[in-house]
Parts: sequence; C-alpha cells; structure tokens
Amino acid sequence: MNQPLIVTASQKAGPRLTLALGAAVTLVLLALPLLSMLPEGHALQVSAYTLTLVGKVLCYAIVALALDLVWGYAGLLSLGHGLFFALGGYAMGMYLMRQAAGDGLPAFMTFLSWNELPWYWAGTQHFAWALCLVVLAPGLLALVFGWFAFRSRIKGVYFSIMTQALTFAAMLLFFRNETGFGGNNGFTSFRTILGHDVAAPGTRAVLFLLTVLLLLGSLYLCWRLTRSKVGRLLTAVRDAENRLMFCGYDPRGFKLLVWVLSAVLCGLAGALYVPQVGIINPGEMSPTNSIEAAVWVALGGRGTLLGPLLGAGLVNGMKSWFTVAFPEYWLFFLGALFIIVTLYLPKGVVGLVKKRSQP
Amino acid sequence: MFRLFLTLLLLLLPLASQASEGEFFLTAKPAEQARLLETWAAQPDAGRLALLENLRQGRIGEGDTRKLRLNNRLRGLIDNALASHQLLSEQSDTRLAAASQLQKSAQPAQMAFLDQRFAAETDPAVHAALALALANLQLGASEPAVRLAAVRLLGETGDPLARTRLEALLQPDGETDAAVRTAAETSLAQVQRKLLIGELLGQAFSGLSLGSILLLAALGLAITFGLLGVINMAHGEMLMLGAYSTYMVQVLLQRYAPGAIEFYPLIALPVAFAVSAGVGMALERTVIRHLYGRPLETLLATWGISLILIQAVRLLFGAQNVEVSNPAWLSGGVQLLPNLVLPYNRIVIIGFALAVVLLTWLLLNRTRLGLNVRAVTQNRNMAACCGVSTGRVDMLAFGLGSGIAGLGGVALSQVGNVGPDLGQSYIIDSFLVVVLGGVGQLAGTLWAAFGLGIANKLLEPQIGAVLGKILILALIILFIQKRPQGLFALKGRVID
Repeated sequence: MNQPLIVTASQKAGPRLTLALGAAVTLVLLALPLLSMLPEGHALQVSAYTLTLVGKVLCYAIVALALDLVWGYAGLLSLGHGLFFALGGYAMGMYLMRQAAGDGLPAFMTFLSWNELPWYWAGTQHFAWALCLVVLAPGLLALVFGWFAFRSRIKGVYFSIMTQALTFAAMLLFFRNETGFGGNNGFTSFRTILGHDVAAPGTRAVLFLLTVLLLLGSLYLCWRLTRSKVGRLLTAVRDAENRLMFCGYDPRGFKLLVWVLSAVLCGLAGALYVPQVGIINPGEMSPTNSIEAAVWVALGGRGTLLGPLLGAGLVNGMKSWFTVAFPEYWLFFLGALFIIVTLYLPKGVVGLVKKRSQP
Repeated sequence: MFRLFLTLLLLLLPLASQASEGEFFLTAKPAEQARLLETWAAQPDAGRLALLENLRQGRIGEGDTRKLRLNNRLRGLIDNALASHQLLSEQSDTRLAAASQLQKSAQPAQMAFLDQRFAAETDPAVHAALALALANLQLGASEPAVRLAAVRLLGETGDPLARTRLEALLQPDGETDAAVRTAAETSLAQVQRKLLIGELLGQAFSGLSLGSILLLAALGLAITFGLLGVINMAHGEMLMLGAYSTYMVQVLLQRYAPGAIEFYPLIALPVAFAVSAGVGMALERTVIRHLYGRPLETLLATWGISLILIQAVRLLFGAQNVEVSNPAWLSGGVQLLPNLVLPYNRIVIIGFALAVVLLTWLLLNRTRLGLNVRAVTQNRNMAACCGVSTGRVDMLAFGLGSGIAGLGGVALSQVGNVGPDLGQSYIIDSFLVVVLGGVGQLAGTLWAAFGLGIANKLLEPQIGAVLGKILILALIILFIQKRPQGLFALKGRVID
C-alpha cells in the first residue's frame, strides 16, 4: 500500500516521533503570525489570505476536538455543534458591530428603522460582557438541552436527530430579520476590536496566536480530562451505559459536564473565528456544517485527541483546494469521504497508523 | 369555419348599432366617460354587452386599433357595468359571477335594476348572491327599516366582504340609528364567527395536507428504522428522486405521447416507486449492510450518499427548480365556505397518503414478507434461527421504505417546488415524526404525522412559521421526557 511518508515514518519511530512532529507543527504555527509581519515581497512572508485560512482551519480544529470529546469519548454524536460555534461567533459579532457602529445603532437595524437596541444587546459594547456571552450563550443552551435530553435518556440516533433539529430551528430563527441579528446577511464589515483595526496585520497576528493558544489549551484540557477518572467513566458511558448504572454511577452528570464543556469550547472557537474571517451569518448553523464536523472527527479518528485536529486540517485543506479546482465535484468527494471513512476507516487515519505500528 | 364566421358576425352586428356609443365614449373626457358608464350600469341594454367587453380589453371594437386610455377608476366602472349587463345573460354561472362582482362594486343608482333582476331570478344560487348585493346597497338607504333588514341579511352570510361593510357601518361617523347599530353589532359578531370557523377549517386542512406528505416521507423511515435501527439520512433524497421521476415522466409523455399527458401522475407512480426502491435496495446492498450494529456511522454514511445524490441531480437537471404542472383534473378546488377553498390536488394527496398507509398495513400484516419484517424487527437473531433470511428481508424492507418515499415525491411534486434540495426541507420534520411516533408502529407514525402537520399549520398564523417550528421542537423534547419511546412503543424486555 502506498502510504504517505509521514505515516511510514511515524510507524517506525513510534510516539517519540509523533511528539517531535507535534512540537514542530506547533512551532510552525507559532511562527506563522511572525512571518506574516515581514515586509511585502520577502521570501518568507506569509500572506494575509494564508494566515486567515490557517486561522479558520484552527478554529474548526477546536470544534473537531470538542465534538470528539462528546462523540469519541462519551458516544454522543452531536449534529448540532455548529450552533454552539455560531452562538459564540454571534456573541463576539455583537461586540464588533457595536464597535463599528460607535454610539449609533448597527447598520442593519437602521435599515429596519429600529430606534433602540433590543434588550439582549444590552452591555454588548463592553468587551468583557461580550466574552461572558461567548461562554454563557452556548453553555446555557447546552445545559438546558442536555439536562432535558439526558434526563429522559435520549441517546444514539435519537440524540443526533434532536441536536440536528435544534440547530435547524435556530438557523430559521436567525434568518429572520425580526430576531435582531442581521437576518440573512448576519454580521459583517467589522472595523475595530478593542480599538485596533481588525484587518491590520498586527491584530490578525494576535488573533491567530490566540487561536493557537486556545487550541493548545483545549488539547491539554481534553488530555487531562480523558486521562482522569471522569474520562474513563465517559468511555464507560459510551461502551455500556446500563452496566455503568448498575455499578451505581449516575451517568447524567458526567454527560452533562462534557456536553457543556464541549459547547463552550465551540463557542470560544466561534468567537475567535468571527474577527478573523470577518463575517458570521446563519449559514454557519445549517445542519450541513455540523455534520461536516462529524466527518472531520471520523476521518482523523474518534476517541483520539490528535485525530480530530488532523481530520479538520485534511478535510478543510482539501475543501479549499477542491472548491477552486473542481467546484462541481467537491460534494461528490465529500460524500464519498463520508462513505469510505465509515466503511473502511472506522478508527480514522490515526487508527491506521496505530494498526500498522502494532503488527 | 362557418360557425366561427357566424359568431364573428353576431359579435359585429350589435357593434354596428352601438358604434356611435363607442365613438362617443372614445372622444369623451374621462369624467364624462365615468358618468356614461354609470348610466349604462344603471340601465343595461343587452346590445351594449359587446361594446363593454371590448372596452374591458382596452379598445372600442374588434379590429379597431385606436388606443383607449383607461385609468383604474374607469376600469372598475367598466367591470361594474359589464357585470350589470351580464345579469341579463342566459347562462346561470355567468349571472352568478356577475352577481358576485356586483356585491363588490354596485352603486346606489343600480338598485332599481338589481331589485328587478332579484324579483325575476330563478336560480337559487344567483338569487342568494343578488340578495347580498342588494343588501350591500340597502345599507346606504334612507329608511332605517330597510337598513335593518339589510344588516340582518348580511349577518346570515359568511362573506369576508360583509365584514368590511359592517365594520364600515359601525364606524363612529357611520350608522346613526340605535336599532340598526345593535343589529349590525350582532351581525358582525355572527359574520366573524363564521369567518373564524372557515379560517380554522382552512388551517386544519392545510395541516392535514402537510401531514399526509410528512406521513409518506416518514412511513418508510419508520419501517427501516424499526427494522435495522438505522436512520437513513438519504431518505429525503428518495422523495426528491420520486419527484424528479415524475418530472421525467411528464417530459417523456409530452414528447412521445401527448394524448396521455392528462394522466401522467398516475403513470409516474410506479416509475417513481421503482426508481426510489431500486436506489434504496442498491444502497442497502452496497453500503448500509456493512454498517449493521453501528447506527451512528450509518447516519454519516447515508448523509454522504445524500450529498452525492443531490449533487448528481444538480449536475443532471441543473440547480434550478424544474417545472411540474398539475393536470387539469388536479387543478382548481371545491369552495365550501366563502373563505374556504379546498384544492383538488391536496384532497387527492390526503386520500392517496391514506391509501398508501392502508396498503402498507396490509403488506405488513397480511403477507409472508410482512410477517418476516415484523419478526426481524422484534428479534433479529430468533428470526434468523427460525429460517428467515434476514439479509433478504432487510433489502426488501429498505426497498419498500424508499419506494414509499418515492410515492411521496410524486405527491409532493403536485403541491410544491421540485428542486435538488427538496428532500432536505422535509427530512428533519419526518425525523421528528419518527421520534414522536415511535418505531415500527404504523399507528404512531400516522398520528404523529397528522399531529405535527396540523400543529404546524395552526401555529403558523398565530406566532409565525419559525417560532411555531421552534415551539413544536420544544414540545417534542418535553414530550419525550414523558414517553421516551414515542407515542406507541413496542413492549419488550430488550436491553443492551
């Protein structure tokens, strides 16, 4: 079988090389924003486009990690993680819109000839409150939904469908102009964040660095969590929930914990995504986006921490290449990827590597 | 040819005598034209009909190229005068249409003429319509007794127009007589009650029709979910394939057998069933079979299939909606109340959905295949031990479920748009039907589909379509708290 060089190499060297590679990738990611600050025309200069693209993929990687936490470890396939991502993004977007509007109303409200801000916009001119919203909006929604869902022991495909319906309903809600979030167009044309120009190279570099740090932080958090006793309980919930209950554990609390944590991580990723990409609209909540996140995790490898990151990078990298080179065939490819991964790569790329290294 | 000539001649004959009136009209000033039309409306003359029909088309005579300048007020007056003349027609349906027009537009000057026609009218429907038109006019009469009678008469009807008239009468500067005012209030309440009933019935009916579509979509889903424990995310695309099969049948018939075009939906039924069932069985054989016991993976794989199917259709037929037209026998509707029209296509679809449910019930409960399907649903291993070929049953059941979705696609093509994304818009609702109705139970699917459909349509005008959907989702989540297995659950002691 013709394998990528990196796979063969990591089989031979084992975990030490994986660690070394990981460190190298981290170093490159940390160096990217610095390289983007180099003057135009320099051989090592990284364009703003590349930086934005990689930053976007890193945000998606955090979503993949969060999804893996609930799906790979606790066995809850959420088809609604795009909702939490978008909620975090909208919370940050509210702050950015207020910044852009100054003392007046955001432009889309003026078009609707509204005279005052709706009550839920109160306080969004303060960055600190916007940050609280970034955590609270997805977190509270996940808490309420999860509390009801886990209480009645909804699981498996039922759970997936309910989450999908949830994000679908939210998308319809946000598409309405009356909801007060810019309707179809969402939020765009941001100007400043904390007084700095959003499009300036320096701001971009800082946002990128923050994304890398959030990714590393979530990776560390997930690593500690899955190694702890809670992590083992989660695996038990995934594999045999009834037996766990017979052992005297109440799985609801653990499921709720990991579910809310995952939602908050998604919200944070969304909050970093919006100022980098410069737009947020209800399309982010469409069920298609959320289910695509599931294939990132599946391709990389469920139940591993590095797999989802790898999957998010691979799929999004291919997406940006395909949509330029063969726009008509991207959906064919994505569809085939869904089928091939589930049929032939149940443990993903990481599983492939592991299997090869333990003959 | 001779008859055509004769008709033309007949049309031209009165024109000759009325030509001077036409010429006069053409040269008159707009204010004079309006006065002229009002006079004509009050004193109709059978010979003037052709002139008015021509005026309505913006000319004064057949073949006359001189352009007539008409404003909206003049157009309204022409319609009114034409209706007045049409009351003299021999055909009762022409008179009926004219009377309904006069209900809206009649002027006090026409009262004498309407009174005379009202006395002479023999057709009961036209008689009733004329009574209303008269009552509308009598509201402006000077004697309170006449107004009182008119107000009472208006209260008897359930016409949206009667409501506006009565409301106008009840304005502070409207009616002065206290008795008439009280009567008008009672009549208004009566009319409003009748209108409300009509509205509610209309909403319930569109709910039933949405429910029957959901039923066709969810029925197959529920069967395969009960049997295999997997949700087929590509199920919505089976609907789409059914709708596109209908489109293909329509196009082919138009090209090769235009005589049979009237019945193309009937011909499309077996075609759509075969196409969807074939695709479904192929999917089961090639993909889903290898994923048994891994429901979440099946979810993802079938989603991939749906992406491929959507994109394939988009490349083949284009991303735009294709045009599927209703045949004549499915267009139009039956008018039950003044504000309630039941379209034929929706009535047929409700009946069709019920027929499909009945057939499915018979298939599941009265045939060998159905017995096997039920056996495998209840206990796969035991059924296999008893010699049921579970693989074959799976494939056939999957084909059946997909085929029913294909039939749903034919139904859908008669009421909605046919485009590549058609399946996506119904699939989430049909998932909710399955969640609500429980697994493997036809009755549960039936109640859940109609319940969801009616709830959707009743909530829509009150709080808007989107909030209605969200409310329904919240209600379903709360409902599952009470009954996690859906409305109708199979009782068993199975635990994993």
